[in-house]
Amino acid sequence: MRRAATVDRSLLARRALLATLVTLGALLALLVPSGPAHAAVEVCVAGPTVGCINGTIRMAAGDPAVGISLEATGPDGEHTVTTGPDGRWSIAVVAAGSYAVTLDVATLPAGETLRDPSKNPRTITIALGSSGAALFPLGAPATGGSTTGPTDGSTAEPGTGSSSGTSSSSGSGITGGRIAQQFTSGIVFGLLLALASVGLSLIYGTTGLSNFAHGEQVTLGGILAYVGCQFLGMPLLLSGVIAVTLGAASGWLQDSFIWHKLRKRGLGTTQQMIVTIGFAMALQYTFQFFLGGSPLRIVTTNPKTVSIGDVIITQQSLISLAISAVALGGVAYFLVATRTGRATRAVSDNAALAAASGISVERIVRIVWTLGAGLAALGGVLLGLYFNATAWNMGATILLLMFAAVTLGGLGTAFGALVGSIVIGLVSEMSSLVIPSDLRYGGALLILILVLLFRPQGILGRAERVG
Amino acid sequence: MDWTRILSQVAGEIVAPTTAAYALAAIGLNIHFGLTGLLNMGQAGFMLLGAYGFAIATIAGWPLWAAVLVAVATAVVFALILGIPTLKLRGDYLAIVTIAAAEIVRLIGRSTSMTAITGGNAGLAGEQYKYTFENLSPFPDGNFALGPWSYSNNLSNSWWLRIVAWVLVGLACLLVWRLMNSPWGRVLKGVREDEAAVRSLGKNVFAYKMQSLVLGGVLGAVAGILFVLPRAVQADSLGRPVTFYIWTILLLGGAAAVFGPVLGSILLWTVLMLIKTVMRDVVPASVMRPEQIEMFGWVLVGIALMLLVIFRPQGILGDKKELAINDH
Repeated sequence: MRRAATVDRSLLARRALLATLVTLGALLALLVPSGPAHAAVEVCVAGPTVGCINGTIRMAAGDPAVGISLEATGPDGEHTVTTGPDGRWSIAVVAAGSYAVTLDVATLPAGETLRDPSKNPRTITIALGSSGAALFPLGAPATGGSTTGPTDGSTAEPGTGSSSGTSSSSGSGITGGRIAQQFTSGIVFGLLLALASVGLSLIYGTTGLSNFAHGEQVTLGGILAYVGCQFLGMPLLLSGVIAVTLGAASGWLQDSFIWHKLRKRGLGTTQQMIVTIGFAMALQYTFQFFLGGSPLRIVTTNPKTVSIGDVIITQQSLISLAISAVALGGVAYFLVATRTGRATRAVSDNAALAAASGISVERIVRIVWTLGAGLAALGGVLLGLYFNATAWNMGATILLLMFAAVTLGGLGTAFGALVGSIVIGLVSEMSSLVIPSDLRYGGALLILILVLLFRPQGILGRAERVG
Repeated sequence: MDWTRILSQVAGEIVAPTTAAYALAAIGLNIHFGLTGLLNMGQAGFMLLGAYGFAIATIAGWPLWAAVLVAVATAVVFALILGIPTLKLRGDYLAIVTIAAAEIVRLIGRSTSMTAITGGNAGLAGEQYKYTFENLSPFPDGNFALGPWSYSNNLSNSWWLRIVAWVLVGLACLLVWRLMNSPWGRVLKGVREDEAAVRSLGKNVFAYKMQSLVLGGVLGAVAGILFVLPRAVQADSLGRPVTFYIWTILLLGGAAAVFGPVLGSILLWTVLMLIKTVMRDVVPASVMRPEQIEMFGWVLVGIALMLLVIFRPQGILGDKKELAINDH
């Protein structure tokens, strides 16, 4: 009888969950229509050859400020624009670089002033294929509200725009061309994400550790490529190769000096996971310490584009696609056909049994760390190019997408990480067709939660008891 | 070096409302992790929801008590949504789901499409929602100075807020202390130590975990209100790093200890302030710019978290036997 009762309860629990999901869905649906209805002012859509500067101006009372004129001056000349009936404005630019945006104070309605007049003009750096906001808050100069203690916690996204950049709307509707464009972006992003995630999955498989500092391995790759290209003036190829080599070396060093020692100490995996969180914090702020908080462009030239049917893609993305396909193919070959690769899978399956059959588990784990960190660095270089810029928190931004990919594919399986990454890449790029594009990572994270609910072993994982 | 200024800044951190907010959030996490062994990596999400719930309800014209109730209700709903799918799964799954859910809340909050409700990326300015709380203050207008502490009586970052915040922290400590010694608290500890054993005694483990998640989450939401009262509600200021600071605070003070979170919060923020102010005086700007000193402080926090977990996971006040961090 008790058994029946618990079954009932879990059914009830499921039903309650479904109800909450439906509510969430409805909430998301509510967000959608904000696009076309307001499209009175031409909204800029970022693409491979176009970057956007945009913003919304509201009066101190919160109503949209209409008819305010703004001017942006930068590498491709001067642009002027006035705000629409909803207070929005947007400027399309065709050259990357820094733009000075000036608000014409004379066009402000009577009684309105800039909250911070010293921030007019504002300088903003725009990369092609992404959009940036220049905000001009109106109202009395800020007083009071003094803050003590820590306020830092900013996790602004670096280069959030990839191919679709309007931050607020799915504007132009769903056309075949847009679907093809977003699908292509999704595949590219998915493959790059796979490069970053394979190591995460292999490390989890062989040691049981959820490595929250894996995002920083990705950032490291991007940042080393930036330093190589911009500080040392090396060609991209050379600095990329050096970045990957140093990335792999950092994995080797980390395992020998930190994680190997902690495993020998008998530290539990949960404890180790919290150590990786501390490590991730320390690394992120170290990057920021040396390179600051702004986006770092690995190459400053504008990428050339190629049109394939309706789809516009940069040459860079095509080359990245080829590189990641080759690298992932190499990993697959390594795992399936080489002796060490087979040993790696054996350790993943059952470390104790592998050790008993004469495999040196610690040696395999060291190889996995080196390989995983190297691939993450490669992913970081290519993602830095894909996003048009890297930043101190690039890896942290995509870390949860990596976890989503790895969990979706099946924790610990390398091929699962590949499949999961492509699904997550497609979902996050294509979801911007129907939801505001600044929420697209949210869709991918929702998938993570749903997978854990209905198929916790993932697509390729074996069913086992996880609770 | 101007020690009076440095020490008064450090002393300011001891009573700061932000320190109290972090302490309260860490007390909530202590109920999750210290008492029940739940790995909640999304405490900042509870804080953000509480802050939004409170601010949006107040802006809509609701009185203080109703706005606080909205914040609490939001946290309860969030805990249920998180708990139902994950509390039956392994611990690290809860960690990943909570961190992802907190991130979803932040992404939705800062989304441009939500500007009308949450203020989008710019957030909600403090002036819009502080007044109900400030109007309730029994003190006369003006400033009051006590030793190194000199603040406005009622406005924004005030004495009134400090008193309320620390009274709430005290009440939460009292609650945790009573809970730890109640039959209910003993079941939670049993769940932490050995789920199967508790289940075999006929207890509904899932229900106990859920109650713990809800209770700790509600404390998180109230902490969120305290956190935003001296500033603005801005989604990115309650992101993932905040969760990690709360974990550092809890592990520093000692998990499963009543006063662990309070000690941890006061210690973390005062030591951090001491290091930063001293460095600003001592280190020339050519070696480290002021913003780099800020970064350096956070690097130290990260390293401190690593070292704590490795060498003294029970923290200052904790008991090693009471630590849920070891895998079973």
